[in-house]
Amino acid sequence: MQNLVEMEARPKGVLDWITSTLGRLLLSVLIPAVTGFVLIMVFRWLRDANAPKLVTALVAILWGVGGVAALYIVFNWVVEQMSPVWMRRLQPFIFVGPAVAILFWYLALPTLRTFWFSLFDRDSQNFVGLQNYVTVFTERLMLETFRNNLLWILFGATTCVALGLLIAVLADRSKFETIAKSLIFLPMAISMVGAGVIWNFVYEVKDAASPQIGLLNAIWVELGGKPQAWTALVQPWNNLFLIVILVWLQTGYAMVLFSAAIKGIPADLLEAARVDGANEVQIFFRIMIPYIMGTIITVSTTILIFTLKIFDVVIVMTGGQFGTHVIATQFYRQYFTNRNAGLGSAIAIVLLILVIPVMIYNLKQLGREEGFR
Amino acid sequence: MSTTTPQVPKRRRPFPLGAVLVNGILLLIVICWTIPTLGVLISSFRDRVDINSSGWWTVFPHREWVMTEEFKPGAELNRDGVMEIAGVQGTFEEFRKGVISPDGTRKVIWIGNKRLGTVQVQEYRWTARTKFTLENYANVLTGKQYELVEPDGSKKIVQGDNFVGAFLNSLTVTVPATVIPILIAAFAAYGFAWMRFPGRKAFFTMVVALLVVPLQIALVPILRDYVKIQLNGTFLAVWLAHTGFGLPLATYLLYNYISNLPRDILESAFIDGASHFTIFLNLILPLSIPALASFAIFQFLWVWNDYLVALVFIGAKPDVQVLTMRLAEIVGSRGSDWHLLTAGAFISMILPLTVFFSLQRYFVRGLLAGSVKG
Repeated sequence: MQNLVEMEARPKGVLDWITSTLGRLLLSVLIPAVTGFVLIMVFRWLRDANAPKLVTALVAILWGVGGVAALYIVFNWVVEQMSPVWMRRLQPFIFVGPAVAILFWYLALPTLRTFWFSLFDRDSQNFVGLQNYVTVFTERLMLETFRNNLLWILFGATTCVALGLLIAVLADRSKFETIAKSLIFLPMAISMVGAGVIWNFVYEVKDAASPQIGLLNAIWVELGGKPQAWTALVQPWNNLFLIVILVWLQTGYAMVLFSAAIKGIPADLLEAARVDGANEVQIFFRIMIPYIMGTIITVSTTILIFTLKIFDVVIVMTGGQFGTHVIATQFYRQYFTNRNAGLGSAIAIVLLILVIPVMIYNLKQLGREEGFR
Repeated sequence: MSTTTPQVPKRRRPFPLGAVLVNGILLLIVICWTIPTLGVLISSFRDRVDINSSGWWTVFPHREWVMTEEFKPGAELNRDGVMEIAGVQGTFEEFRKGVISPDGTRKVIWIGNKRLGTVQVQEYRWTARTKFTLENYANVLTGKQYELVEPDGSKKIVQGDNFVGAFLNSLTVTVPATVIPILIAAFAAYGFAWMRFPGRKAFFTMVVALLVVPLQIALVPILRDYVKIQLNGTFLAVWLAHTGFGLPLATYLLYNYISNLPRDILESAFIDGASHFTIFLNLILPLSIPALASFAIFQFLWVWNDYLVALVFIGAKPDVQVLTMRLAEIVGSRGSDWHLLTAGAFISMILPLTVFFSLQRYFVRGLLAGSVKG
């Protein structure tokens, strides 16, 4: 940016030279080069210098945000120096190019590369064909993992949707709608690690002689039970205590979407049903549910995908011990702890395959849209 | 909030059992939802020893046995038979468990062993443990070592934690990782909406297809690239990763918004000779602020609360660690240091909760606009 200003400040004679084609060409190369150079130098400084933390943080933020903006401005300027025909041809790629490039590098290509790795052994040296997939679907620990994910979906995702719907309907009839919804929605702002701490504290266990500081055990002991380590308890039901956290985190999301959908139901439709003598339960099942079916599908899919990828909660609560591994933690364990690139990649591919139906559905929806037929 | 038509006022007919039932169930759910967080919040202000010796709910008024007297039992007592202490009778074994006086107002407990122990007389009365402190926060923020006196008189050195550094790191990661994808996505959304170029449909199909791709799929190859070009463990690495993983949703949401802006505004600007870049900067960006804000909150919360991406691309580098990593590390290594964990958890929540409560409206709008993220 600064260079641009300096160049323009030169005397008239030089300006004429600049406007000549050769000058433009040189500048078109020079300005991006200088911008790039400055950005790289600052990056090096950020990586290697030991400035005070606050200074580094500020410089890094400015550099990151400013750098991206500068790149757009510079490259757009370069394109605008060209003839109108070329400008019209190239400008779209200045706009769309970076996004497409990043998506390609960070998501599209990795899908293929991960699949490729999954066909090799743990060091990505020898081709083993589908051996990793055979392991994924036969090893005892992996089967346990899939069972757990099924539990997460059966109990977690389903409860989120059902409870979200119940709360949305109740809140719609309550005077305290806003405050109730805010409080139930609040966990959405809390990290899963933070949620792990919160729930670890609820499940905290002390030996029977001392007072219980975990809420659940305190209640349990008060009712006459013995203090339990809930997350390590009878397998596989200890998973349920982790699933509660998902419900706590995600029900708010379902509730908000359902709430908006319910408010979209025309009032006269409900009124007509009531006049015809339908009771509230009938109205709920015969009118509300069919009317908001689209939203129910969207919410269910989103929560389903979220549940499939659940990772932080399990890592923080149990680290996958006591038979609580799920696909994402198993992926992490195989790739980063056991250093088995082949098996880790195969697990990631299984995760991808599970979401492919949703992807196809999304693409079909896109095909129906006006602008992209 | 209401979308009902004005001429048909929505008659809120209550449930057969009435509004009491509705509000009752709702209240019950809200209590269940709030109590876990409340427990951690209250505990974070409690004394370190208190947290570990009594439940956080004891800060509220309740009845319990409170010590009123403590003394050394006289040497003349027959410790192997039935004794009478403070007007209560019992054997040593019974006193060890605590003996309640016949009128039920006092409890006598023998603490310690037979010869050297002491005796406590307790009364059952209303009390509240309202000893609050900010020490946990000081402890977790500065990372200083603290000397604490245990209840039995021994001294113990307790290591705090450095959350200030982690907080700054989180901020350094989150701000650019929120702004950069928005900027890139806004440019792309404009391009897709208002420019015609070869490959437009194919590229946009890619965006939609990638909406639900789990980011786990990308971690391995990207990590290899990072190691190869020595980008691993830098802020840039994490920014780019979050940009990549947030871009599909950002582009999709912003495209939906920008493509629905009225066509005439743009056309008149074109006739006036404005370039795409000028129109984008001076017209589209200001008009898109609601959509940009929605996604910004979304991405901000997502990045601030992220653990996996930070874990993989920052790894064990302590000077770049973000809050979630520090917190998870304490859970792993010092899981029963509740004075650190509760305060630490709240420090990590302050910013997202503030953003959430002040901008909830935009956040909800973003959720409603489209909500399938990979």
